[in-house]
Amino acid sequence: MREWIDHLAATNELIGSLPRGFLYTIGIALGCTAVLLFVSLFAGEIVWMERRVAGRMQARIGPNRVGPQGLLQFLADGVKLLAKEDVIPAGADKPVFLLAPIIVFAGAFAAFAAIPFGYGLVPADMNVGLFFILSISSIEVVGVIMAGWASNSKWAVLGAMREVAQVVSYEMPLAISALTVVVLSGTLNLTDIALQQSGGIWNWYVLQSPATFAGFFIFFTAMLAALKRAPFDLPEAESELVAGFHTEYTGFRFAVFFLAEYSGMFLFAILTAVLFFGGWNSGFGLESLLSGEAERWVGALILFVKSCFFLFVMIWVRWSLPRYRVDKVMYLCYKVLLPWSVVAVVVAALQVLLFSALGWSR
Amino acid sequence: MTDRPPLPVAPEPNAVPAIVEAKDLERYVGQSLRTEELVVNMGPQHPSTHGVLRVVIKTDGEVVTALQPHIGNLHRCAEKIGESIPYYQWLPYVDRMDYLAAMNNEHGACIAIERLGGLVVPERGEYCRVIIAEVQRILSHVMAVGVYGLDVGAITPFLHSFRERERGLDLLDHISGGRLLYHYVRIGGVKRDLSPEWIDECRAFLAQVERRLPEYNALLLNNHIFRERTCGIGVIPRDLAIAWGVTGPALRASGVDWDCRRDAPYGIYDRFSFDVPVAPSGLSGVVGDCFHRHWIRVMEIEQSIRIVRQALEQMPEGETQGKVPKGFKPPKGEVFLRVENPRGELAYYLISDGGDKAYRARCRGPSFSNIAVITEVAPGTLLADLVALMGSMDIVLGEVDR
Repeated sequence: MREWIDHLAATNELIGSLPRGFLYTIGIALGCTAVLLFVSLFAGEIVWMERRVAGRMQARIGPNRVGPQGLLQFLADGVKLLAKEDVIPAGADKPVFLLAPIIVFAGAFAAFAAIPFGYGLVPADMNVGLFFILSISSIEVVGVIMAGWASNSKWAVLGAMREVAQVVSYEMPLAISALTVVVLSGTLNLTDIALQQSGGIWNWYVLQSPATFAGFFIFFTAMLAALKRAPFDLPEAESELVAGFHTEYTGFRFAVFFLAEYSGMFLFAILTAVLFFGGWNSGFGLESLLSGEAERWVGALILFVKSCFFLFVMIWVRWSLPRYRVDKVMYLCYKVLLPWSVVAVVVAALQVLLFSALGWSR
Repeated sequence: MTDRPPLPVAPEPNAVPAIVEAKDLERYVGQSLRTEELVVNMGPQHPSTHGVLRVVIKTDGEVVTALQPHIGNLHRCAEKIGESIPYYQWLPYVDRMDYLAAMNNEHGACIAIERLGGLVVPERGEYCRVIIAEVQRILSHVMAVGVYGLDVGAITPFLHSFRERERGLDLLDHISGGRLLYHYVRIGGVKRDLSPEWIDECRAFLAQVERRLPEYNALLLNNHIFRERTCGIGVIPRDLAIAWGVTGPALRASGVDWDCRRDAPYGIYDRFSFDVPVAPSGLSGVVGDCFHRHWIRVMEIEQSIRIVRQALEQMPEGETQGKVPKGFKPPKGEVFLRVENPRGELAYYLISDGGDKAYRARCRGPSFSNIAVITEVAPGTLLADLVALMGSMDIVLGEVDR
């Protein structure tokens, strides 16, 4: 973002006369707005994708009426939800009830500020990008517990309890398995991590070390749990808890929860691609044929395709597997994923030490 | 006498109240927090109570400490109606008791009434009855297997099961004109003959179910998560099952080798060779757990396919409807008949006083006993296990309440 603004300021006199700090602020605001729009719209398309894939898997069709192949279904659903009565249950803690969806939404979307959609296509290129994403996306939990508590519904409280326990627990293996990549790359900046994986497919971190290979699977599993996707969809377990923490929400507030959930999926799909699967690098030297802007946008497209693949895997898993039980989910987290993720980080660290002692690069 | 609310009990002098004001905090320092059990109303609109069952659950966190099913939301006086209208008019009401096994209900009711009146059903009629009863059993079990997937969180097998069910419903639609409630089995026979085209379609349907069963098993029975969710969960020991009158697949899952079709034959069931699957399955889990109830249903689908195939082979030519005197009035007497429904033993007890109406009509619904036993089994399990347990009993509320 900054290089663009610098470039603009250098070429345009009017823009160049303005203070740089002001320009950067405006640039980040514009970038974030663009990302917000893109992510909101694409989250709607993920819903469509999920419903179409589910339909395919379940011997039915899925939405195919609104727009080509039903692509605009989410707009129709959004309009429908907007038109619904906004019910606030009797006995609800009104301010908290109203605030909860905003916090969930903010937590889910703020994380996109540090996500590189392509080389240089990052709203805020910070050197602690990964840390920022993992920490700000867990703010969502606060909104969830507020929603559950304020709803004045027992099912919502049970759902919120489950969610908080599950998401907070799974943040740990999630972060620690992401650390395997950080240990090898030596940076938390996602752009740098992606740049380090340029070249061939063997430069991708998932193939760099046994630690990252295992780390990827731990990361993906923990990610499913942190996103409350099946088989870890206990907080919303339909057959048990009706709809979990958002049982009492209707209309657009419900849509906001829904949107936050699907944008979270997109966030972690991109994160997986950037951390483990080479980011915007195609893996077979496609970039070397292109240069400049074309390379940037083709890279962004490659990253997009990769994240769509991970979205598909998430959907595929969801519609194939039964749900874990709540205690088994905790067992899996604390007794399986957490120890193994720590082992993976230690192995990664030993690898770095060994390689530097031998004088090898990576 | 009216029930008065209990008098308020004086609180213990130092008990911590539910809500403590900030200024009072110091008074309670060192005391443990007061905890309460949460009473949750599950149903009648809850998605996994399979209808309008209402279960009041006391939970300690996620653990169910006590529960009480409240039934009667779907009570439609099926028995009383049976005493106020002629026998043949009662049959549609019998359909509506267990609406997922209407053919089986009719089958039992007709046999009971025929025994009361000493009527004879033509051979071909008997075969038609067995064929549609077993097709209905396949449909009911296929749906139970799929819906159980939904209860443990797997949505896909549920929709797959509706693909098979749809084809079977078309079959029953062809011969009766209805998709859920048929009124096909009549006193003294059946309404329509099975055409050769219908028989071909029926064979194709059986082949389809047989072909798809491995798919269901891959998604559920042999799935690791499914086994974790069901093995050793909701165990109903043999003695408990017998004491509470549990019947059907749930009884056989508890290790009791009993099937009315084989051990107390009605109709022409003694002419077919079939196995009665009984726990243990030899796969995994404990005898009497949710896994076995599911397994039994899957196995019974295969056995029902066997029975239908044999019946289609053996079926003789001839009439399907026997002679029933106009203004049918069975002689004085009573009859007790139990038949094997997909959900368990459905029993009919009819008393005739010589009129055209039953003096007393009484049904024993298997779901009623099967749901009652959960009060014994569920306490101490997790909320998720309660859902798995209720789903594995495969109850139909229309029959619990009648």
